[in-house]
Amino acid sequence: MTDPQEFRLAVVSGGTSDPSSTRMLADRIAGRVAALAGERGERVAIDVIDLRELASEITTAIVSQLMGPKMTRAIEVLGAADGLVASAPVYKAAPSGLFSSFFHVLDNDLLIAKPVVLAATAGTARHALVVDEQMRSLFAYLRTLTAPTSVFAASEDWQDKDLGQRVDRAAVELLLLLESRFADKVKDESWKSYQHEYGSAGGTELDIDLSTDLMRLAAGGSAPRTEQ
Amino acid sequence: MQFGIFSVSDITRDPVSGETPTEAERIDAIVQIARKTEEVGLDVFAIGEHHNPPFFSSSPTTLLAHIAALTERLILTTATTLITTNDPVRIAEEYAMLQHLSKGRMDLMLGRGNTAPVYPWFGQDLRQGLPLALEHYNLLHRLWREDVVDWEGEFRTPLQGFTSTPRPLDDVPPFVWHGSIRTPEVAEQAAFYGNGFFANHIFWPSSHSLRLIEFYRQRFAHYGHGTKKQAIVGLGGQAYIAKRSQDAYREFRPYFDEAPVYGHGPTLEDFSTMTPLTVGSPQEVIEKTLTFHDTFGDYQRQLFLMDHAGLPLKTVLNQLDLLGEEVVPVLRKELASRRDPDSADAPTHAGLVEAKYGDGPVRQPKPNANQGDNTAGATPYQDTSEE
Repeated sequence: MTDPQEFRLAVVSGGTSDPSSTRMLADRIAGRVAALAGERGERVAIDVIDLRELASEITTAIVSQLMGPKMTRAIEVLGAADGLVASAPVYKAAPSGLFSSFFHVLDNDLLIAKPVVLAATAGTARHALVVDEQMRSLFAYLRTLTAPTSVFAASEDWQDKDLGQRVDRAAVELLLLLESRFADKVKDESWKSYQHEYGSAGGTELDIDLSTDLMRLAAGGSAPRTEQ
Repeated sequence: MQFGIFSVSDITRDPVSGETPTEAERIDAIVQIARKTEEVGLDVFAIGEHHNPPFFSSSPTTLLAHIAALTERLILTTATTLITTNDPVRIAEEYAMLQHLSKGRMDLMLGRGNTAPVYPWFGQDLRQGLPLALEHYNLLHRLWREDVVDWEGEFRTPLQGFTSTPRPLDDVPPFVWHGSIRTPEVAEQAAFYGNGFFANHIFWPSSHSLRLIEFYRQRFAHYGHGTKKQAIVGLGGQAYIAKRSQDAYREFRPYFDEAPVYGHGPTLEDFSTMTPLTVGSPQEVIEKTLTFHDTFGDYQRQLFLMDHAGLPLKTVLNQLDLLGEEVVPVLRKELASRRDPDSADAPTHAGLVEAKYGDGPVRQPKPNANQGDNTAGATPYQDTSEE
């Protein structure tokens, strides 16, 4: 059974330099979630997925659907996570291609109902709406539960205490969402109402429903009547 | 255990010479490749079905009948025959004809194909791909087993008193494999009918293929065709062989890197680690292929992809020499020693005839006389006519 006091938090960072402000922002959010949880007698285990290390496997997955060992591990981490912090650098008014591509190659049902704080960094405040206008739609497609507050940090924000307040606000939201166990409940009560393919959800979706119309057709029955 | 090769029939520029073969050259080459397959002691030759350039194999039964006439022992089959966009009535007729002409040295593998635009070219609806495949096979199954079929379904005009001719050789339907990489319904259909199940086993790790094969084995047993190990499993695979491992890598790399499907993606090293591809010496190919048996247990057919990605004919023929002379004889011996005596034999026409008739007489249908309206009546064969 899941320990009700413990949460697994996956941090996905699209930062490419080392150190990276994108990773730093993600770490601050994750660190605040862990600290807040600690104050409430809860524990947060953090796994970090640094996409720069997966870059060649991500491009391989795009062109050949073949998942390398690092991608396989990242998918395991995400599948086991109770929540995510997803942090992207903004290039040319969009989340980086590396960041977007990583999420493009995941199974559609891997992250269903998991709470996510979205974060992004950029060299200029003119990119501020990229998080809410572009990243949020990607995570909506993946049926995640994005926290109301997203965190954007342009270069100048790092010298502004307001950034810390937004980080705190997002961390509280994420912790409350984690505590609700919303993703677990969706999985228990409504998992089948989402689209799945055989072997999806990172290779874990292996239940086969033998009572469908198609299964009856496979076993010599008749095709369901299609509406003309 | 049967060993052979399967080709998608691609016409691909040779990235080393820069030359693209003509359609005529590739069609001549595939016939030479098939003859070589028999000559080096392999059992099976399979060709794909495609309906657009840069592929040539739009008419597999014509090609396979020609090869049948030039060979003695080789089993001719497909990888795959499109059960979606071909009318099952035409499949029944064409493959029964091939079965007669090849004297039973054929079977076929049914698949849904991977080219979306094919559906409208043949008047079908892509969105109905899976139910179309399932219903078409349900009909095909009956067309080869019942002299006179009344049928009604969703996807083609109803049949009233239809007889598919010629009746199968010895009145034993061709063996059918169902190919799929991730569709449980296809595995279920293979299991329901007691047919074979084939995993392409090229692009993904063996563990992916194992899931559906296990499901197929369970369902095969569930439907009473035998035990799980008596289910009939075929696997793809891919190899490039040279006497020395480093030569294999050096020779194959330019073809791999430019290959239409996985080229420009994973490195050759990663792909051969993560997937069933082996690049190396005969001993390395033997060792990797034996891991398939470790994973899947006894299986009945192993097909290798050897003719693709612009590899020149000379190279492919040389690969077949190495496969047939240095790899497969060792595999046959090793797999025979591991084999559970209860596991199924590889399917052959002789085996199917024996299973149906034992020592009894083999049915040889003779049609009744033309009634004057170009039909032979409601019960068209002499041995079933009501007296």
